[in-house]
This record gives sequence, structure tokens and C-alpha cells, in this order.
Amino acid sequence: MNFILDYYNYWIVVFLMMTGFYIVISANNLVKKIVGLNVFQTSVFMLYISMGKVTGGTAPIVAEGVTQYSNPLPHVLILTAIVVGVATTAVGLALIVRIKRAYGTVEENEFDNKDDAI
Amino acid sequence: MFVLDIISSILLIAGVFFGLSGAVGLFKFPDFFTRVHAASITDSIAAILIIGGLLLQTSFDLNTAKLLFILAFLMITSPTASHALAKSARHGGLLTMAEVKEKQQEQTH
Amino acid sequence: MAELIDLVLLAMLALTALRIIFLKDLFAIVMLFGIYSFLSALIFVNLDAVDVAFTEASVGAGISTVLMLGTLALTGRKEKKSSHTSILPLIVVCVTGAALIYGTLDMPPFGHPDNPIHQHVAPRYIEESPKEVGLPNMVTSVLASYRGFDTFGETVVVFAAAIGVLSLLGIRRRKDKDTPESGLEAHHVLHVVAKVIIPLVILFALYVQFHGDFGPGGGFQAGVIGAAAFILYALVFGLPKSFAVVSPKILQLMASFGVLLYASVGLYSMFKGGNFLDYNKLAADPLAGQHYGIIIIELGVGITVFAVMLSIFYAFDSQAERSNIQ
Repeated sequence: MNFILDYYNYWIVVFLMMTGFYIVISANNLVKKIVGLNVFQTSVFMLYISMGKVTGGTAPIVAEGVTQYSNPLPHVLILTAIVVGVATTAVGLALIVRIKRAYGTVEENEFDNKDDAI
Repeated sequence: MFVLDIISSILLIAGVFFGLSGAVGLFKFPDFFTRVHAASITDSIAAILIIGGLLLQTSFDLNTAKLLFILAFLMITSPTASHALAKSARHGGLLTMAEVKEKQQEQTH
Repeated sequence: MAELIDLVLLAMLALTALRIIFLKDLFAIVMLFGIYSFLSALIFVNLDAVDVAFTEASVGAGISTVLMLGTLALTGRKEKKSSHTSILPLIVVCVTGAALIYGTLDMPPFGHPDNPIHQHVAPRYIEESPKEVGLPNMVTSVLASYRGFDTFGETVVVFAAAIGVLSLLGIRRRKDKDTPESGLEAHHVLHVVAKVIIPLVILFALYVQFHGDFGPGGGFQAGVIGAAAFILYALVFGLPKSFAVVSPKILQLMASFGVLLYASVGLYSMFKGGNFLDYNKLAADPLAGQHYGIIIIELGVGITVFAVMLSIFYAFDSQAERSNIQ
């Protein structure tokens, strides 16, 4: 039981990563692929934050009478990662809009015969 | 105080019950507008009961003011969201179940 | 008790992600993604990462969902049936998942205070940052002062994303005579409530910006919340009125100004004799210098993120024909 509690966080994170990965490689629609990519990214964030947590600690803000803080370094890393993630999502979605305008579709299996037409 | 703890537990349990009933209604109700009604119960009554229960847990300090602000914002924004949802559906032409039945009867006659 | 909350929330998250695989309606998928972001923000609060939860809730459940809905308005709502089977992706995913789980068995157990990650570097920051930087929020002191270069790079990445989106899509200004009217003309309740809520949201964004030293907050969250207020205005009152309030030219100037402000703090500290972004040289007292440096660069970050998020939204929204999503 203790063993499961120790590793439960990591196993759920691996499950979420694989769900996101499956959506990316098997979805037909490009927007759904971007959603899968974001699911994958958020699960990776959860892995780092779970590693930084200390049982019995509090948030890393200096306060009276607190002896044990959770590790602030993964928080800083993930803060940067979240903002970079939304920046790449925005550029990816802009690319999808242009693909729709150029090819007329955003479904992956309809691209093959359209390429010769361009 | 023990009495305050009991009252706050009752309020929290009642709030959770209404939230759960909103979720169950979202699955069981047959029509879009009835489902929106079920979901909007979570916005109004469940929010008031849960935040009321939490208010009784704090002593009278900054946390009380913060919880009251959160309650005020929830009461302004969540019913507006449900209203906007129902109004957009109506605007887009969605008919209630009674109107659908009327239309079918008109077509068969 | 905190472990129980953790378990339940993670299970709900797994169910939400699983449901996304099997849906075909893209609108529902984007809404489920918003719910996924909110649930992960809750889990972050439970794991003591309050700054990260703030950012994830505002960025993931706010801006990402709005941009995806804006894309859906242009590309269509339903996913078509795929022509290949999904056996090979399933096999690849299962093999990778098994390998990763085998790898996690080697990791130190969750939450123990003597894990390797909590030795050497983290205790040094936890002990020295109140003396060297003087801020209560240790995440802000590491983000803005100890690792200021990385935050500078992040700001420039956000700016580059704005350049990318604007050069791909551009902001279409229509002539006055064929301006489409806003679809929300008849929503009087929304108009009144938006007029009440928007000033409060802008006030909250300013509070988060300047209170980032003492509690959760900082430049990124403040920029995103401020942009969300103006996005609400553009959605309720229509894009032409929103262009009149905050024009795209001003946003381009603001985005560049934020990055330049950040860089000029670094150059000024070099001018005063220290390294690039060495805040100790900004004032006579090193602690006061750190405070000045952190406030000014957070302001630069907040201005850039606000301008970039709003420009990206303008770029998506001005492409949409005023037709229903079919």
C-alpha cells in the first residue's frame, strides 16, 4: 500500500503522457493533435511539480513559524515552460489556419492528393 | 466552537449535495434547456452554501473578506454565463421539447 | 487527507484525458481541455505550487482555450473518420508507457524530504534568498533575480510568438462600410455585467503584477489576466470597438517596449560597473537595488505578455467570417 502511494503520482503522469501521445499520433484532425500536445505538456509539468513536493511542507513563501518549504526550483522551471508552451500553441494554431486556407482542409488523410494541385 | 463546526459541516454537506444533484441532472435530463437549469444550480445555491460553510471556519480576519469577495464574483459571473448559454441557444434556433412536439403534430396534420 | 485529495483529482484528470481520445466533436474536445487545465491547476495548489497553479489556470484554461475556439471558428467543428486503423499507435503507446513505468520504479518515493532533489541547491536558495534578495516569495526571487537570464529568454520567446502569428495571419482591418456587426448585440445582460466586471479584472491584474513579491503572482499572470479583460470586451462589444479602445499599433509598441525595458535594466547595471542583469549595482544598497531591478523587469514582462496575448487574439478574431460554427 505504501509502495502504491509512493509512486501513484508518477504512474498517473505516465498514463496522461501516453494519452496525449496517442492523441498526437493517431488523431486525424490537426486541431485535435494540438490539444493532445497540450495534454502531454501539462502532464510533464505535473511530473516536475510532484518531484518538488515535500510532505509536511508549505508553499515556498517566507512566513512566520514555517520550518519546511517545498522546493521552489521546479516551480520556476515550470512557470517558464507553461508560457513557452502557450507561445508555441499560438503559432501552431496560426499555422493550422493558413493550412486550411491553402489546402481547404485540416484532416490529415485529405492532404495527399491536394499537394499536386498546389 | 463546537456549534460553529457543526453548522459549517451541515452547510458544506448541503452544498455538496446540491452540486452532486446538478451533475446528475446534467446526465439525466432530456432536453438542452433543462440541462442548463440543472447545471446552473451549481452556480448559485451550491456556491453560496459551500462558501458559507467555509466562512464559518475562519476567524474574522482577511480570509473572511477574501471569501466574501469570491462569493460576490461567483454570484455575478456564473448565472450570467448560464444565461448567455441559454440565450445563444435560443437565438440559434434551438426549440424546447414542447415546441418540437407541436411542430411534429403540425407536420402530420 | 491531502493524499486523498491528490488521488481523487488525479483520477478525474485521467478520466478527462481518456474521454478526449474518443470524442469526434472538436468543440467538446476543447471544452474538455479547459476542464483538464483547471483540474491540473487544482492539483498544483495541492502540491504547494501556488504560482504555477495561478499561471496554469490563467494561461491554460484562459488563453489556450480561447485561441483554440478561435481556430475552430475558422476550420470547422467535426473531425472526420480516419482512414487508417489505430493498432500501430496503440502498440507504440503501450510499449513506451511500459518502459516509462519501469523507469519510474527507480525514482525516489514521492514527498520524502531527503530526496536527492532537495539537497545542495534548493536549501541554499531557501536560506540565502531572504538575505540576498529580501523578498518573501522565493519563486519570484529565483525567477527574476537568480535566473533572470532565463526569464529574459522567455520574454523574448513570447515576443517571437507574436511576430510569428502576426506574420502568418496579420490583423485585418475592414473598411467601415462592410464592418460585420457583433453577434452579441441582443445580449443586454452580458453588456451590463461585462461593464461591471472588466474594471475589476484590470484592477486585479495590476494587483497581481505589483504584489508578486509578497504572494503568488508576477508579470506573466498579470499580463494574461489583463489581456483576458480586454478579450472579454472584444467578445461582448465587437472587434471594431475594441480596435478603437486598444489599437494594434499601440500593442506592437507595447510589446517591443517591454522587452527593451528588460534589456535596458541589464545594460544599465553594466553601465554601473556590474555584470548584465546584476541588480546589486542599481542602487547604493544591494537589497534596494534588487527590489528596483525586480519591480522594473516584472513590469517589462507584464507589459510584453499583455500586448502579445491581445495581439494574438486580435489576429485570430479578425480572420473569422461572421458565420455560425458548423
